[in-house]
Amino acid sequence: MYSQGLIGADGTTDEDEAFLQHFQSRIDAEQKIEPNDAMPEGYRRTLIRQISQHAHSEIVGMLPEGNWISRAPTLRRKAALLAKVQDEGGHGLYLYAAAETLGISREEMTEQLLTGAAKYSSIFNYPTPTWADIGAIGWLVDGAAIMNQIPLCRCSFGPYARAMIRICKEESFHQRQGYEIMLTLCSGTPEQKQLAQDSLDRWWWPSLMMFGPHDSDSTHSDQSMAWKIKRFSNDELRQKFIDATVPQAEFLGIKMPDPDLEWSEKRGSYDHGPIDWDEFWRVVKGGGKCSKDRISDRQAAWDNGAWVREAALAYADKVRARQATAAPTPVAAE
Amino acid sequence: MAQEASTTSIVTFLTRLGDDQLVLGHRLSEWCGHAPTLEEDLALANMGLDLIGQARALYTRAGELEGEGRGEDDFAYLRREVDYQNLLLVERPNGDFARTILKQFYFAAFMTPFWQGTSNSSDEALAAIAAKAVKESTYHLRHSAEWVIRLGDGTAESANRMKCAVDDLHAYTDEMFQSDALTKELAGAGVAPEPATIKVQWQASVTEIFDAANLAIPEIAWPQLGGRQGEHTEDMGHLLAELQFMQRAYPGLQW
Ligand SMILES: [Fe+2]
Ligand SMILES: [Fe+2]
Repeated sequence: MYSQGLIGADGTTDEDEAFLQHFQSRIDAEQKIEPNDAMPEGYRRTLIRQISQHAHSEIVGMLPEGNWISRAPTLRRKAALLAKVQDEGGHGLYLYAAAETLGISREEMTEQLLTGAAKYSSIFNYPTPTWADIGAIGWLVDGAAIMNQIPLCRCSFGPYARAMIRICKEESFHQRQGYEIMLTLCSGTPEQKQLAQDSLDRWWWPSLMMFGPHDSDSTHSDQSMAWKIKRFSNDELRQKFIDATVPQAEFLGIKMPDPDLEWSEKRGSYDHGPIDWDEFWRVVKGGGKCSKDRISDRQAAWDNGAWVREAALAYADKVRARQATAAPTPVAAE
Repeated sequence: MAQEASTTSIVTFLTRLGDDQLVLGHRLSEWCGHAPTLEEDLALANMGLDLIGQARALYTRAGELEGEGRGEDDFAYLRREVDYQNLLLVERPNGDFARTILKQFYFAAFMTPFWQGTSNSSDEALAAIAAKAVKESTYHLRHSAEWVIRLGDGTAESANRMKCAVDDLHAYTDEMFQSDALTKELAGAGVAPEPATIKVQWQASVTEIFDAANLAIPEIAWPQLGGRQGEHTEDMGHLLAELQFMQRAYPGLQW
């Protein structure tokens, strides 16, 4: 779905001034950096971290919504949800491929996810107790992802930027689909509308946290901005998201769970109440309601799939060996 | 001269066929997010989507023909277990990947020639559904057959798991070829082929792929039948409890 502001990214580089200046001039000229181009180690490391976190988020993000595929209320919704979750898997696949161009394998990245060395967006550590959560996730979580990802379509690293263009198209479809579920609930019975309200209450604050810590507390943003990996600050993106989303909630006729939310004539934006950063850090560090379950589900898929992956490799080896023995020789077989 | 099939019979037949696709599609969707590789996660979801799409088309057509205002969701969600007439094979739990892929292979090896034979059905709507479904089923057959070979001829463990899957599932394959009054009526009217006539092709596919996979075709001592009469395994009730949850918990609402 999306990568949260970098956690623990370390942008240090050892290269000499001339090298760094030349690289920066390419960035400033809006040239795309391609995998075989010379690049500072810090740039490579930062991108590997960001793209792999983003890929992990797509993959772990399949789980909370996957929770409702078997229970979707209609066949149309079932097919749409299955297709959506499949799209997220596809996003993970392009992103792993983009990260692989920087010299890391998918296996290594998977290992980092499973050991906790790599993070994923903490929003996916929240549970989906009702069908309305499928609407709220599409509307808010995919909506927040789009805010973050549209600028990434212009990221200086070519493979990442190109993957994002494709992904953004699908994310905006997901967002509309989620909103449409919310609209259906809000135009249904009072009980359905309450389901929608409760899910908004659950997902609103975590969605705002998806943009990462406030700019004043975000340590690694400056270098990423200079390298044009990032184009807007966490707070700028969060504000855009709030401004776009509040009118949508009004149209649905449900209430944002923030008593301090208010239009500011002066700023031309909505003011909002304080974000509970203690909760954010607790969930980032593994204390979310589903944090353990998400990783143990991924671990189980990995472990239960080991024999399948081994068999596929063994079979491919056998086929290669047979082809080698059967290679055409000038003399007919006896 | 072909005898025309009654509308009721065609409706029952479309529903039965829809049940097969829905139940297997539902089973495939259970893998989503948990498959052995990311590529396979996408492939299993793809096949599930194809099958759910086929079920929707079949149920919708059944509802139109019946003319009592039932739509796809009435068929999918609002019947009793005994009213579902799917093959027992498709409702069996996924088990490990070997079982899932073998189930898919057995079914696709039947459905591919079945859809081929139905694509010139005397019922035009069904013929159109079949013409689309045959392309999808052909892919399911190729994809699952490749895995049967890869696993059967892979490692000692994968070969053993494939063998266990065959031992578990083979007894459910006979049900695909059973004739009853309904299949006879529809075959006589040129609506759909008699399932029994597909057995030769199915056996040829299974023999070819099992040979390549070093798998033996077991004798079936006691064929497992009953799905077509609504006599299901114990797994079906649990499957329906999940599938129907929302419609049962909140009756009559729009979603
Ligand atoms: Fe995504
Ligand atoms: Fe998405």
